Amino acid sequence: MKVLMLGWELPPVISGGLGTACKGIADSLAKNNIDLIFVIPTGRGGESALDSRIRVICADKYTPIEKYLKNFNEKYSEEFKSINFSDFSPYHTSYEGLSHETVEQNIIEKISSQKEYSILNFEGNYGRNLFEEVMKYRYIGKALGENESFEVIHAHDWMTYPAAICAKEASGKPLVVHVHSTEYDRSWSNPSKGIIDIEREGFDKADKIIAVSYYTKNIIVSEYGINPDKIDVVYNAVNKNTQFLRYQIRKSFDDKIVLFLGRITQQKGPEYFLEAAVKILNRMDNVRFVMSGSGDMFPKIVSKMAEYDIADKFHFTGFLSDTMVEKIFAMSDIYVMPSVSEPFGISPFEALLYDIPIVISKQSGASEILGNAPKVDFDNTDELAAVIINLLEDDMLREAVVSQCKEDMQNISWANSAARIIEIYNRLAII
Amino acid sequence: MASLCFYFQIHQPFRLKTKYSFFEIGNNHIYEDDSLNKSIFNKVSKNCYIPATKLILDLVEKFKGKFRVSFSISGAALEQFQQFDPSVLDLFKNLYQSGCAEFLAETYYHSLAFLFSPEEFRHQAEKHKKTITELFGENPVTFRNTELVYSNAIALEAKNMGFKNILAEGADKILRQLSADGNTSDNHSFPYKLYCPKGLPDMNLLLRNYRFSDDIAFRFSEKKWKEYPLTAEKYTKWLSDALSITQREIINLFMDYETFGEHHSSETGILKFLEDFVSAVINETDLEFIMPKEVSQKHKQSGEIDVPDNISWADKERDLSAWAGNSMQKSALNMIYKIEKNIKKLDDKDITHLWRRLQTSDHFYYMSTKGFQDGDVHKYFNYFTTPYDAYIVYCNVVNDLSELIKKRSLSP
Repeated sequence: MKVLMLGWELPPVISGGLGTACKGIADSLAKNNIDLIFVIPTGRGGESALDSRIRVICADKYTPIEKYLKNFNEKYSEEFKSINFSDFSPYHTSYEGLSHETVEQNIIEKISSQKEYSILNFEGNYGRNLFEEVMKYRYIGKALGENESFEVIHAHDWMTYPAAICAKEASGKPLVVHVHSTEYDRSWSNPSKGIIDIEREGFDKADKIIAVSYYTKNIIVSEYGINPDKIDVVYNAVNKNTQFLRYQIRKSFDDKIVLFLGRITQQKGPEYFLEAAVKILNRMDNVRFVMSGSGDMFPKIVSKMAEYDIADKFHFTGFLSDTMVEKIFAMSDIYVMPSVSEPFGISPFEALLYDIPIVISKQSGASEILGNAPKVDFDNTDELAAVIINLLEDDMLREAVVSQCKEDMQNISWANSAARIIEIYNRLAII
Repeated sequence: MASLCFYFQIHQPFRLKTKYSFFEIGNNHIYEDDSLNKSIFNKVSKNCYIPATKLILDLVEKFKGKFRVSFSISGAALEQFQQFDPSVLDLFKNLYQSGCAEFLAETYYHSLAFLFSPEEFRHQAEKHKKTITELFGENPVTFRNTELVYSNAIALEAKNMGFKNILAEGADKILRQLSADGNTSDNHSFPYKLYCPKGLPDMNLLLRNYRFSDDIAFRFSEKKWKEYPLTAEKYTKWLSDALSITQREIINLFMDYETFGEHHSSETGILKFLEDFVSAVINETDLEFIMPKEVSQKHKQSGEIDVPDNISWADKERDLSAWAGNSMQKSALNMIYKIEKNIKKLDDKDITHLWRRLQTSDHFYYMSTKGFQDGDVHKYFNYFTTPYDAYIVYCNVVNDLSELIKKRSLSP
């Protein structure tokens, strides 16, 4: 079987977790004899190092697209007028003038600038041009639909839905949309109507929807009014090839470390982590809190921490490279994921690979799998503080949480996910 | 005879490494970015310290003692002179030998210590005084606190330490208490006399004339300024006219020395302006250049100035908000002075020196989140991308220092 898969990024250069999940899915499908055309807007280097069954196409280097672009500028500017940019909230929130972010952007820009040939000039990022690029991406959908042969189309998250719909219309093949997150997860207090409309159209036009958790399935049903029978749940899995640095890391202080790692955005609940830290520091002293990551709430959280005057116990690392992520995991004693709305949440699984006990919010897909993990409502910081204190004070409990959660983790693997997805393909291809 | 009094501030902070991350805590005790500090110092030296000081030496010689200036050089800057280019220091020594330059005293580390630890403040002021005496032979009698931070309490402390003169900003809010004689239009008052701090008739208070000082320091190269370009002739006439009004005696021109060649590049003609201005004053007016230590011989005090709350020469507010305005700055200041007790208990010379360098006001200035007009000035001086980065690096560094103290205290 051959699948046309549409994504937005692939490792090694990624901005969020989407690229990692897509690679996990694609690799495991390939191992199960599925051939894939994996399309991304632009290459940033290194994407081709995938299974030989996966053919990576960078939209900006796909020559057949040229004839589809004849009237491009004209049509394009008209479509533009119909999009409301003012309420546009990018996938990966960016903020002005902050260095961690700038560094990240620079890396991406540097790699992008090495391109020698480009038709569509994609950034393939989540920046200011995102909406424009999502619209441009449709032309590649149409071009692929008419020029390539495949049995199923599989699209990851809203940026690829308009392109996938074009591919479906051009080819007549069934469409699977895969929901890694919805606009309600990313920006629950101020969701973008433009993005919600794109998501809803994708859900409507899809023949099957894959949600990464029951938590996400419920949102698709309740917020988008989609028939639950159309939605299957397929969990993500975690790559277990992480290097274990724990034994090599010497922490330079005796205090235990409680870690937050993720984008510092509303969705990830950084302020609840801070509030809990303040409550814990009122009761005990031999603990430190580390917040790793960058995001639009960074200035606010830093200022708030300063107001609490706990800079000797609360630290920021900024955005971390993969190596540094491993290092901070290896140094940490407890991992906290206080997400306001987390479709899946891969990071607690990664923490468990380092034998770190976790505390996660009930509003997450991960909480469905990790039955034995301590769970709290994201905004209940009293309880969050109490749970963390329990863990800090009880070595046995920490060990128990790790070993039980690791058992829970046995239920997920990329092989299982691939098997479920292939089942879905088969059912659709027969129809 | 009416006087003009120049005071130039020279200061260079020991800037911290922008990459000093959380992971360095406990592992790396080198906080300062030596190569950055060296390159900035050399640049400023080449643009300003060397050419401007050579020019002043020439003018002093040419006018046979009629041109006189004063400097306050922070201990941090003096250390950088010694570390990066001692020959520059020789120029200042020559200037002192001419008898036409006064060197003022300040806190050695260019700190805000007075606000947090009087004991530490005295130590730093004494250390600076001693250093100036050793380097130049001057026994300073004039004190200027970091960034012209001033209040009644600071004046009293300076008096108790034996100083005769003290400098402060001629801020609108403190000049409103004066009689109307100094008033100009648009509600600003300018100080044209010698004053004394409240209740301290033995001390002379010299107030900065911000209008005439900022004409040179800020507006000189501003093309949108309606007076642009500022010629020496025009500026001399302004000063001379202002001082021709009865009872007006003195204009204090206080500014960063880096004004000459660094803030305004040499291409703007700033050095030529200084040269022409000095010639014009000496050849064409009856104004006299004086040094702060001479002020009491030339002028009588005309009343006392009450400054209960701290003022400074920074930003529009002329208060402490440039260094202690937001929560990050307050948190950072708390952090550094919270460990004073442990530092002094440990009494390790190197660690104490590290701690004191971290008190330099610039570290807190980099954390300022002020927007608008002042923000531009803040940005000009800030080598961090954002105030948040500056704060985080500072916290990491102080956290490492705290760990270091803890370890040394356990096993000396």
